[in-house]
Formats: sequence, C-alpha cells, structure tokens
Amino acid sequence: MNQPQLKPTTDISSCRDDFPGLHQEINGHPLTYLDSAASAQQPNVVIEAVARYQREDHANVHRGVHTLSHRATELYEGARDKLCGFINAASRAEIVLTSGTTESINLVAQSYCRPMLNPGDQVLITWLEHHSNIVPWQLVCEQTGAELIVAPINDRGEIELDELRALMTDRVKLLAIGHVSNALGTINPLGEIIAAAKELRIPVLVDGAQGVPHLTVDVQALDCGFYAFSGDTVLCTTGTGVLWGREALLEKMPPYKGGGDMILEVTFDKTVFNELPYKFEAGTPNIAGTIGFGAAVDYLQSVGLQNISEHENTLHSYMVSELTKVDGVRLIGRAANQTSVQSFMLNDIHPHDLGTLLDHQGVAVRTGHHCAMPVMQHFGLPGTTRASLGLYNTTDDIDRLVVALEKARTVFA
Amino acid sequence: MNEPNDEMQDLYRHTILDHARQPRNFGRLEHATHTAEAINPLCGDRLRRYLCVDSRDQIIDVGFEGSGCAISVASASLLTEAVSDLSIAEADACFDLVTGRLTQQTDDIAAPENIDLSKLKALDGVRQHPSRVKCATLAWHALHAALDQSSTTATTE
Repeated sequence: MNQPQLKPTTDISSCRDDFPGLHQEINGHPLTYLDSAASAQQPNVVIEAVARYQREDHANVHRGVHTLSHRATELYEGARDKLCGFINAASRAEIVLTSGTTESINLVAQSYCRPMLNPGDQVLITWLEHHSNIVPWQLVCEQTGAELIVAPINDRGEIELDELRALMTDRVKLLAIGHVSNALGTINPLGEIIAAAKELRIPVLVDGAQGVPHLTVDVQALDCGFYAFSGDTVLCTTGTGVLWGREALLEKMPPYKGGGDMILEVTFDKTVFNELPYKFEAGTPNIAGTIGFGAAVDYLQSVGLQNISEHENTLHSYMVSELTKVDGVRLIGRAANQTSVQSFMLNDIHPHDLGTLLDHQGVAVRTGHHCAMPVMQHFGLPGTTRASLGLYNTTDDIDRLVVALEKARTVFA
Repeated sequence: MNEPNDEMQDLYRHTILDHARQPRNFGRLEHATHTAEAINPLCGDRLRRYLCVDSRDQIIDVGFEGSGCAISVASASLLTEAVSDLSIAEADACFDLVTGRLTQQTDDIAAPENIDLSKLKALDGVRQHPSRVKCATLAWHALHAALDQSSTTATTE
C-alpha cells in the first residue's frame, strides 16, 4: 500500500462516543442504527468542522481578497488535498468535487460518453448496479443511439465473470461497475475485471459509494478510469461527493455545467475554460460540506482504515451467524466476498411492514428495493430488509436486531 | 421499555392482517369497464384496480391485483367491500372520506349515507405512522384514477 496512512490513534471500541446521533432513544428504546449504507452518522469532528466554518470562516471561495474568503478557500482546497491522499490520486487536479456519486456518474455519462458514443456502440453495466449507475447510461444511450448491455449475476449475488468477459468487445466504450453492491454487500473482484477491460482498452468507471466507506481505496492501484463516491456514506454531510478521473481522460472532456468558477475568461464571442478540476465545478460549491468531508477523512485515517475494515468484517460475520439462527429468516445475497451489508426476508412479512415493526423497537434498517430494482427482480422479491454496518456498530446492535425480529414475528404470527 | 406490541397491534389490527392474508375480490376482472394502476415509486408497490360500472353509473363489480405490504393489500381489499354497489359519485365521496381521514388525521369528515365505516376504521392505526399513510392510500388513488378515466396511472407522489 503506497497510500500515506496516519498512525491509528483511536481505539475503535470507543468510536461510538464520537457520534452524538447514536445516543438517543427511539420509541422508548436505545437507537440501533443499521442503515449506514444509506447514510452514515457523523462524528463530532465533522459536525464541528462544518459549524466552525459557518460560525467563523463563512465566505465564498476563490478570487476573494478579504480574510474570510481566504480562510474559506484554504479550508475548501485543503479538503480536496485530503481527499486526494485518501484515495491515492496522482494529483489534486483529478479530484472533481460534486454533490455525490450520482452527479459524478452523470458527469461522466454526459461529458465523457455523450460526445464519443455512436449508434452501434455499447455501454456495459451489471445486474448488481444501483439505479444511479443504470439510469445515467440509459439516458446517454438514448441520446446517442448506443446500446446498454448488462452482465448477469448468480443466486449468491455475484457477477457472472465469464459472461461479463464475453460481453467485453471492441463495441464497448465504457464499463460502469460498482465496487460493493449496496443491496447485497457483494465485493466485486475489480482487479480481475479491470485487467480484462484494459486488454480491450475499455475504460472503467467504478461506483464507489459503498466501497470507500469499508475498503481502503487506491485508485492508482485499481487502475480504473473513473472512481465516483459520496461524502454521506463516509461520515460526512449529504450533498458532497467526488469524481476522481485519470487526468488524461478529464483533460479531453468538455465542461459538464456552465457558470462561474469554471472559466478563465468570458467574452460574448467565446469562453476560455478553467484548468482541472475547476473546469467541472460551475457555481458556488458546497463549501461547508466539503470542509466536513476533509474532517471525515482525517477522522477515518485516525481510526485506521484497516482497523475499520477488520471491525466491520468481524461484525458482518457475527450478523450473518446470528440472523441465520432466527427462525424464518432467509438471507438474500451470500457472496463469497461480502462486507458490511446483509439483506434478508423474515417469513412472508413484507419488508415495509418489518421495517415499521423494527423501528417501533428502535432498530433503523432500510426496507424496499434499495434503488436496485433489477437485483430484486433477479431474486423475485418486491424488496428486502437490509441491515448495514458502520465502524460504530457493535455486537449489541446485532443482538438488539435479533430480539426485535423475534418480536416482529409474533405480531404477524 | 415499552410493551412493544401494543401500538403495533393497533397498526396491524386483526382486520388488517385478515385482509392482507386473504384479500377479498383479488384478481383481474375480465369485463371491467374502468381500470387504472397506482404505483408508489418510493417502494415499488403496484396495484391495478378493476371496476364494472353499469349504464346507471352503479358499480356492480370491483376487483384488484398487484402486490404490496400488509397495509396496502388490506386497504385495497377493504376498498372492494366498501364501494361495491355504490354509484360513481358515492365511490368518489368514499375516496374523499378515506384519504381525508388518513392524510388530514381527522374523524370529522361526514361519511356518505350508505357507506359502512366500521371496517374502514381498521386503517386508522396508520395515522400514527406518517411514512405508511401512502401505503394505505395507494389503492384509493387507483380507484380515483379508474373512475376519473382521464388518467390510467396514479402515483402517490
């Protein structure tokens, strides 16, 4: 690993104390938060970094000559540097700040793919994808006459690698694939997949919304073309995100949105666009959120990304073993390589009914299709109940989930 | 700690569980004169409502098909019992009554004369769960869209 790592200074078992949102009662029960894959709780250091900017340093970034604008710019650009180190990007020019994974993917669809795709070309995705890694490609295929093709999955919730490789031909202009499935927790074997794509010179976009929170990500080692992720699944506020792109790719791409900050010179005849990454960042950005993103990166590195992965993997194994013991539970998604997420059904109780019954006992889970309707269609289900873990969860949370499931079953008995 | 199941048993009353497990008038009506689908895009629930209306604007048969949670299926099933034999105008009033009781959280809406509210009151537990109100109203939006005939798809959004 060539990524600079701060020496872990925080004992992971004491992390829980850093998250004020966890310490409350819901419906008379201690909150059991098992919905971090949808949005993670935030530690005090993130909340305080955002509040400090709003309290003491608030001004717009770039170009201002006054002190507050200078401070805001330093904090904002400092966060970009931290994000650059966090995923081991080669340069800060490759870190485009966006509103989240969804915008990052749309940026690539519209700026990289749209000018380049022709009728007969193909964009390749998989059945495991979140809607945000499906719909932007459908839109650009409709706009260009290109075709969207989809690699299948097996009943464990793993991509059929042989079939994925068979779909990789010289017609494919981009492969877009998740790092970790949000619905099933499957970790895709990206090394193998990206190497196969590279042989055919197919650039790869990785949807890392569920990868970055749980795995150490090194974009240079991954050797992909683009990596998209969000702040709110990595302990930051909503409305923050990153598109990392290889500089050579980003350089060739036209701007995605027009406005202030993305220009060098504007006349009515023509506009000279700003350098990377600002070419893609029109308008006043989410300054407070981005500063919080930097603080979240500092926090994660102080706990230690390896420690977090190990803790979550241990807890995931415990969750799987405890859920298996609950009468009537059927696990959905049993990939050999899986992390932090487990989908399941309890008898024939509809996930929305189960979600309400669990919430009544203070247990927060996600229910429904998880913005991955094709995954649900594969399993012939309207949706699942999904428990997802963060670094702050403990075995007590799993035990409370199990007790709540046992009680929920009696209501529908 | 609360006794967890009191409030839950208020939501999942016997009538709700009974209709969810054994929905009445479930299935496609081959001779439907009016039909519409309702979708809750947030959860993917989907119900299709079928009505047979005679020349005097009386509903003579009603059915539905689709899938959803216990609340949405029970509500769709209760609806079929509530509106069969009503006129179109009365069924519309029934739509206003039920959706009003659920969304405005009030009992003060006058029930049309020949509507038996007793079973529909089983849905009242939903009012304490704002995130589930749309589950209960989905079937009623399909009814409204079918009667309206200017629209063939209703959504909760």
